Amino acid sequence: MIKESMTLINETGLHARPANLFVTTAQKFKSTIVIEKDATKINGKSMIELLTLGLTKGTSIVISVDGEDEKEAIQELSSLVNSGFGE
Amino acid sequence: MLFGKGVSAGIVIGTGKIKRKTIYEITTRSITNIDEEIEKINQALLKSKTQLKKIYAKTKAEIGENEAEIFNAHLAMLNDQVYIDGIIEIVTQEKTNAENAVDLVTNKYMDLFNKMDDPYLKERAIDLNDVSMRLIKNIMGVESSDFSNLTEDIIILADDLTPSDTAQLDKKHVIGFITEEGGKTSHTAIMARTLEIPAVVAISDLLTHVKDNDTIIMDGESGRVYINPDSQTQEIYSEKRCMFLKQKEMFKRYVNLNTKTKDDKTFELASNIGTLSDLDLAIENGSEGIGLFRTELFYLDKTSLPTEEEQFEIYKKIAVKMEQKPVVIRTLDIGGDKEIPYLNIPKEMNPFLGFRAIRFCLERQDVFRTQLRALLRASAYGNIKIMFPMISSMHELLDAKKIIEEIEHDLDKEKILFNRNIEVGMMIEIPSAAIMSDQFAKEVDFFSIGTNDLIQYTVAVDRGNTMISNLYTEFNPAVLRLINTVIKNAHHEGIWVGMCGEAASNSKLLPLLIAMGLDEFSMNSSMIPQIRCAINNMTYHETKELLNVLDLSNSNDIIKILDEFSKK
Repeated sequence: MIKESMTLINETGLHARPANLFVTTAQKFKSTIVIEKDATKINGKSMIELLTLGLTKGTSIVISVDGEDEKEAIQELSSLVNSGFGE
Repeated sequence: MLFGKGVSAGIVIGTGKIKRKTIYEITTRSITNIDEEIEKINQALLKSKTQLKKIYAKTKAEIGENEAEIFNAHLAMLNDQVYIDGIIEIVTQEKTNAENAVDLVTNKYMDLFNKMDDPYLKERAIDLNDVSMRLIKNIMGVESSDFSNLTEDIIILADDLTPSDTAQLDKKHVIGFITEEGGKTSHTAIMARTLEIPAVVAISDLLTHVKDNDTIIMDGESGRVYINPDSQTQEIYSEKRCMFLKQKEMFKRYVNLNTKTKDDKTFELASNIGTLSDLDLAIENGSEGIGLFRTELFYLDKTSLPTEEEQFEIYKKIAVKMEQKPVVIRTLDIGGDKEIPYLNIPKEMNPFLGFRAIRFCLERQDVFRTQLRALLRASAYGNIKIMFPMISSMHELLDAKKIIEEIEHDLDKEKILFNRNIEVGMMIEIPSAAIMSDQFAKEVDFFSIGTNDLIQYTVAVDRGNTMISNLYTEFNPAVLRLINTVIKNAHHEGIWVGMCGEAASNSKLLPLLIAMGLDEFSMNSSMIPQIRCAINNMTYHETKELLNVLDLSNSNDIIKILDEFSKK
């Protein structure tokens, strides 16, 4: 399992468009993807669950990825978040 | 008297009908046949998705694309496999009935949403609630209280109207909306304004004061609502209503007139349409042409690419129905944020700057050529003009024109008729095209300025982002200078210029656009009589002084001068 913590830098946080982008990226991988904010953990492949975290600019999250393609998954997801979803 | 927020102008007196949320009871039952219960969920999912796609198309056609977007969000939620798996898991493990499982899983998420203070997330909670209710109703086979087939005019009284509710209303017989919830930008408000139905929102205890069939007076401007008013109040409001209608009636007188200033300069007022049903509205309102037919709706409604024959039939119908009036048909403006599932366009980080419209069409020439062939064939039946969207560079335009030539050559060989002199034009919605419009004007027969995107790209402001909505204005001096440049360059080459964005029906901006000499204004058909009334009472040479605002650097100063002008 790989864990990585990161901070959201894009202006709109994880509203509909970036959330959708994150979830569709996550769904490409076989690994389980869990996102943790404070004490709450959610499934990173679910649009609804991701929205419930209410992620805004500056929020820190921990992404845990577990599975055969975990390396590729964490790489792609962290670059997505760190690029601010291209905003 | 009750007092709310008036969000859509107009005065009506009529019979109130209460629309309550559909009441159904979710019971908890143990089940024995798990497969049967899961099948129920799958069937209900299928049905819900079909309903949503229909509502999306209906709303998009009747109201608008932005208003329809919410149903796409609903669809995305139903496509959330984790949500659905969660429901199936509860059915399987707890051996409980489907609707109870949906309720349990949804409530878990609703609790999370409601803990947040973010207004955006509160809206998503409403979406999720709307979606889950739809799913549950479909599982239980409950029909909603039906306002889709009314026989008399009514004022709808409701706690709140969901977008799904309003999409299904019989709009011919709904003459007013009054709701307990909502604000100026709420769904009900926006839709009421688009449909020109008066609306008052935010009367918190409305339903405790009214009964079905009460006589209601409502003023959609002041927000006043009277229930079973005395005769004196009725009289006052009948008179007020008369005044309001007179004004509307006055606009109506302009339906069949030519568009002409007092000093005899003529302009063309045209309609933006997306479906065949919009066409009737265009004709009823005295439209002088179709300034923009958005073809993408037709593609969005399908599960696979429309054939040449299907497209030809549609284009031909419009051309014939408009008789010899101009019909500008825009080629497919798709990709980016407008997604067509069967085209498999990859998702992008920056859809507005991405692989879309003409960029997509020049790459997927199979799609493009089919459409152009259908358009050329239909051109034999009326005054069709072809318009390319999102042109940013000259080579795109030249490539697209070359494809038209090739198809014309093919049609000649096949001895198929088409209009040899068909006009070919382009949208000006990207600053690079506006700046180079002197060159583009040598290559096309007309321009149409798409202000919505032009503002967005010029000022670098996402028009959906409320944090920066103050920057998104058609009165931005840079945008106005670009528009003026485009018009001048077009006229220098002897071609005509239209405008098909929201700005074309902005009555404050109107005299300035007249002064600039914009030839064609394309808008929602319902706006045409009002805009024609304004133009026909204007004097072209008096508007010319307004061109001085192009020297100003602040949009507020520009607005001030335009305000003063319209007061005169």
